[in-house]
Amino acid sequence: MFNSSFDAVVPMLCVTLAALAAMGAEAFRARDEKMPIGGLGIIGLVGAGVACALLWNRNTSSFGVIVADNFGLFVTMVLVIVGILTIMFSSQVLEVDNLPRGEYYALLLFGIAGMMMMATANDLLVVFISLEILSLAVYVLTGIRRDDPRSTEAAFKYFLLGAFSSAFFLYGIAFTYGLTGSTRLDRIGAFLAAQSMSDNPLILVALGLLLVGFAFKISAVPFHMWTPDAYEGAPAIVTGFMSTGVKAAAFAAFARVFLSAFEPFSQQWVPVIWVLAAATMILGTVVGVAQSNLKRMLAYSSIAHGGYLLVGLVAANQIGKAAILFYLLAYAITNLAAFGVIAMLASSNDENEELRDYKGLWHTHPALAAMMTVCLLSLGGLPPTVGFVGKWYIFSAAVSSGYYGLAVIGMLTSVVSVFFYLRVVVMMYMSEREGPEPVRPRIARMGMVALTLSVILIFYLGILPTRVLDYAAESIATIF
Amino acid sequence: MGLQPFLVLSSALFCIGLFGVITRRNTIGILLGIELMLNSVNINLVAFSRFNGSVAGMVFTVFTISITVAEMALGLAIVILLFRVRRTAMADHLDLLKG
Amino acid sequence: MDGWLGVLIMLVLGVGFAAVMIGLSVLLGPKNPTPEKLAPYECGMPAVGDARERHSVKFYLVAMIFLLFDIEIAFLYPWAVALRDLGWPGLMQIVTFFMILSVGYLYVWRKGALDWAPAARARNALRRGPRKAA
Repeated sequence: MFNSSFDAVVPMLCVTLAALAAMGAEAFRARDEKMPIGGLGIIGLVGAGVACALLWNRNTSSFGVIVADNFGLFVTMVLVIVGILTIMFSSQVLEVDNLPRGEYYALLLFGIAGMMMMATANDLLVVFISLEILSLAVYVLTGIRRDDPRSTEAAFKYFLLGAFSSAFFLYGIAFTYGLTGSTRLDRIGAFLAAQSMSDNPLILVALGLLLVGFAFKISAVPFHMWTPDAYEGAPAIVTGFMSTGVKAAAFAAFARVFLSAFEPFSQQWVPVIWVLAAATMILGTVVGVAQSNLKRMLAYSSIAHGGYLLVGLVAANQIGKAAILFYLLAYAITNLAAFGVIAMLASSNDENEELRDYKGLWHTHPALAAMMTVCLLSLGGLPPTVGFVGKWYIFSAAVSSGYYGLAVIGMLTSVVSVFFYLRVVVMMYMSEREGPEPVRPRIARMGMVALTLSVILIFYLGILPTRVLDYAAESIATIF
Repeated sequence: MGLQPFLVLSSALFCIGLFGVITRRNTIGILLGIELMLNSVNINLVAFSRFNGSVAGMVFTVFTISITVAEMALGLAIVILLFRVRRTAMADHLDLLKG
Repeated sequence: MDGWLGVLIMLVLGVGFAAVMIGLSVLLGPKNPTPEKLAPYECGMPAVGDARERHSVKFYLVAMIFLLFDIEIAFLYPWAVALRDLGWPGLMQIVTFFMILSVGYLYVWRKGALDWAPAARARNALRRGPRKAA
């Protein structure tokens, strides 16, 4: 049974085992007993990372439905980083909010396992299953503060629109299966390549439905309605997790389905995604400017970043595909660190997430303010941070494929977005606080370590990106 | 009987579910609509499986049914939680999060 | 067509026997209705209240957990049908599947989600003896 066909699932197996162990530990935990469940999760994630490194360039596949090609492994690696950072940030949040520990980590790890599966799935059935695994875990995580009406409401809204969109997605899969006779992406691609548009107009229906499903998950305009509400209501660290992990996994599957299976029909879907990308960048930025709540502002900013990723998908040349992967990594680290800062500053009864709560943060928490500044500048795409390099490659890909319009829109929205990131920075440094200082918890060391690591990565990848870019370029060479 | 009647039935059910989701104000009603949408797809899958002569669609259906059940159980749990915290099951009373 | 003849005979016999018995009792049985006799049969207990009363949310929890574990059985049927073809690897896989499921069951059980009432309350109720039927 343990032959090589199981190789490709080893990374997610590690994470799943850690999740099961977390659940078992929670079941047998005495009421007030403290258990290092977070450490368990980190062990599982490190195991997954090692497995990824060993599988690199081997191109293994499990029964053809899960393929550990370099593209999938790169995204898996991003997810490992997201997972480890999230767990490191979480310990303080769990302490302050008194959240159920075992359940939290188990759901987190199950969610990551689902994301890994989604990033390496080569079959629409597996894509759907993994989409549901990660969604169900994240719905519960959103509402994990069970007595907080806002958290519960966010969970409900997220669940509703998530389930709604999976219905569309599933309908699209059903049509694809009916028309091509298979759910395997490679077979669908081969089948479609031999067809022409006039043979099967119904394939457009399938394409549209799948597009709607994916657009919901990556919160592309006009399917973004759930995003600000869900991101604002969820605990900050969960928001950080779902705005990076879910987006990375959904984007990986999106790119794989559209660039491998539906490549023959790119004439049809590229214009649609062009419009989606433009609308997403513009709306995310413009509405983001008007927000007074930091979490909500970052929610709109993450919508806008989804738009930049879509630009890479439209360009879809060699640079574009590598740029998507690099941007996913850049965005994941930066955004997670920004939400980590918010999470660490939240106290149990007040989240301290309004913009005015950050006035004069430099005077009380200089280190946190400095690191938040780095994150915000990276999100805005200023050199020498990783955000700049990511945007640079995305836009140069767009230009080299001749999508000048998108590149111009992208650069203009980036400039506007710098305005609202800088507004927070100015507030933290320049303005004095009126009224009483908000109650803030004691900052845990673990969170500071995670934050420092993220900032080092942001600068390292911003100054010396070539090595990781080479990996990204190597990744896309294996498929598509 | 051809493939067409099945597709029409499934799309009709899908649209009824969609209509329910959009028009219902009660959260339970919305969940019912989503359930209808998800399950209408199963008819589609089984019909395609029959007419394509491959068993993959049937397998897919088994998975969708169980996933749908898990999803709805979670949805009901969230609704119960919401009712306990907010004392309402009406979707338009949920207005704490606005930007 | 031959194979179905037995089924048909069986159906006719079953339905016919039931119809004849009910018909005979209607025709021959004595009839003197009282309110108790007209009430719907409920395990011999006198019926209380409306059927549409509100249940404790506890029932929903147990019902949902039942539903979740129940639906997983659906995966056993395809496996059972293809049992011989799948052989040992198939058995190993289904066992793995149930091991994962049993971790979930263990969790639900240990967390007390299957208890009808908080354990302490249940014990107290036992000590005081069974309560009178409401």
